[in-house]
Amino acid sequence: MPDLQAHATEIRRIAVSLIHGAGSGHPGSCLSAADVIAALYFGELRVPAVSGVADDFSRADRHANRDRFVLSKGHACPALYAALHLRGFFDRAALGSFRRLGGLLQGSPTTTIPGIDATCGSLGQGFSIALGLALGLRQAPDTVVGHPRAYVMLGDGELQEGEVWEAAMAAGHYQLGNLCAIVDYNKMQSDDLNEKTMRLEPLDAKWRAFNWNVQVIDGHNFAEIAAAFANARATTGKPTVIIANTIKGKGVSYMEGVPSWHGSVKLKPEEIRQALADLGVPPDRQPEYAFHV
Amino acid sequence: MSDKAAFVPSLIGSSGETLREAFGKALTAAAAKYPALVVLDADVAGGTGTHHFRRAHPDRFIQFGIAEQNMVAAAAGLALAGKLPVASTFAIFALRAVEQVRQSIAYPHLNVKLAASHPGLDAGPDGASAQALEDLAAFRAIPGMTVVSPADAIEMTKAVTAILDYNGPVYVRTGRSPARRIFDESYVFELGRGRIVRDGGDVTIVACGVEVARALDAADLLARDGVAARVVNMSTIKPIDEALLVACARETGAFVTAEDHNVIGGLGGAVAETLARTIPSPIEFIGLQDVFGESGEPDELAAKYGLAGPSIADAARRAMARKGTR
Repeated sequence: MPDLQAHATEIRRIAVSLIHGAGSGHPGSCLSAADVIAALYFGELRVPAVSGVADDFSRADRHANRDRFVLSKGHACPALYAALHLRGFFDRAALGSFRRLGGLLQGSPTTTIPGIDATCGSLGQGFSIALGLALGLRQAPDTVVGHPRAYVMLGDGELQEGEVWEAAMAAGHYQLGNLCAIVDYNKMQSDDLNEKTMRLEPLDAKWRAFNWNVQVIDGHNFAEIAAAFANARATTGKPTVIIANTIKGKGVSYMEGVPSWHGSVKLKPEEIRQALADLGVPPDRQPEYAFHV
Repeated sequence: MSDKAAFVPSLIGSSGETLREAFGKALTAAAAKYPALVVLDADVAGGTGTHHFRRAHPDRFIQFGIAEQNMVAAAAGLALAGKLPVASTFAIFALRAVEQVRQSIAYPHLNVKLAASHPGLDAGPDGASAQALEDLAAFRAIPGMTVVSPADAIEMTKAVTAILDYNGPVYVRTGRSPARRIFDESYVFELGRGRIVRDGGDVTIVACGVEVARALDAADLLARDGVAARVVNMSTIKPIDEALLVACARETGAFVTAEDHNVIGGLGGAVAETLARTIPSPIEFIGLQDVFGESGEPDELAAKYGLAGPSIADAARRAMARKGTR
């Protein structure tokens, strides 16, 4: 999976640079989610390619029957924006609008942004939106690449919202095989560790009890991610949750496993230099990642 | 006023159809014209009228169980998948999902309708915990929401089509109790337009929902004293019919607002905000006076909490007495 690793690294570089350029954002959450987001946008999701790249969609199918992805943990949107940019949904100049007045790229995902399938930002709601998408897409016609599916990524702290379990119960009840949830299980939330804030374990048992197909994987291992997606696609009559064990701040030495890098933080010049260096960008190439001008 | 003891509502009766039944039947009738229409319920279909739709179109009816937050945000997802979702519950439980309506429906301006029955004191004997007094205010405060509260079954029926034809988020109040008939079949409902249902030049009573019939009672009482009250059915609370309010201010110079809701933030608030910007006028506010209700039949509660015709008539006299004063 060399391509996916390269895409994921580029997503991480862009995400931390956007947060630095904007002066605020949630780096830890972007870095833990980056590998799964890369696997979605450069492998799993059947979304129409843009920028003239050939794809399997007929024109009529392009939008109505594409797969959908909902980033329910909307605060990780810099990683999603990076992926969408790399897939050609918007250009480099648009990246510089992140969190800026009048900008295209809002602090949380909105459907006004090309490639964004659902407006999110208030935890729990994106999962219900994905449930509604899966319900609505059940009756959609099959495309040449299969039946349209709904994907949703949740944060682990987000699972403390009661609405999540309302939606989980409904998805199990309706046996939504076209719904796949990914929990970015980095074990940390805004205030502290999940374990100290509000315990989630036993997490896999909770989902099984709600009638979900459950897979627990290493969320930084592309082979495991791909296998989990394939398993989800092959599973009928049950929604699938992929509990992706991840590391908050993955890829940036001083952020890994440190809860304080969750929140909306301002990266100092030496911090973004170190972050980009950790992500393999030598000093002379770092100006390429200055998107806010 | 001695009116209160002597007053017997002239038109009240169980002959009127409930708005919730009219709503459910109108929705069912609309199914053929709107192929994307799906109806969402949170375990109260028998109470909201959507049981009619479920019987006729079981494949387009989605049960969410007792989980209003999930139902409302899932409605957003259904709209994003190309459906035309109408989610229905009791008004008190719609309040439980205000933030979901704000974030997931109104912010992306999705084409989702939320229909709520059992509003205000009309919820009756279930008591204060079932009587939503804040829904008009809460949903009106959300940018881009349209808020509607029809007065009778005919208006409810016509409003359903207008709401389905409108592309955007709508909150609509139905009703639990049999509603007195205000309109005949020739009535044309227009979103955003109020309607003068009785003319007069001394004072304007602006009402919505069940209070329109009670405003007409008040107009009858006032007529006994030679006061000509105008009654406006303001069934679209947002966007409010500013042109009509300005005309009423010019022509009558005093207002009463009447709603089965707290007097804060609902119809009264909308009228006051509009007149303050245009033609400042004396206004009296009929509704719950920032208190909770209790168990009782709707008409008993209306009398006790000052929402019945005599209280509206008293308020009209107070408003008229303030004309030209500072």
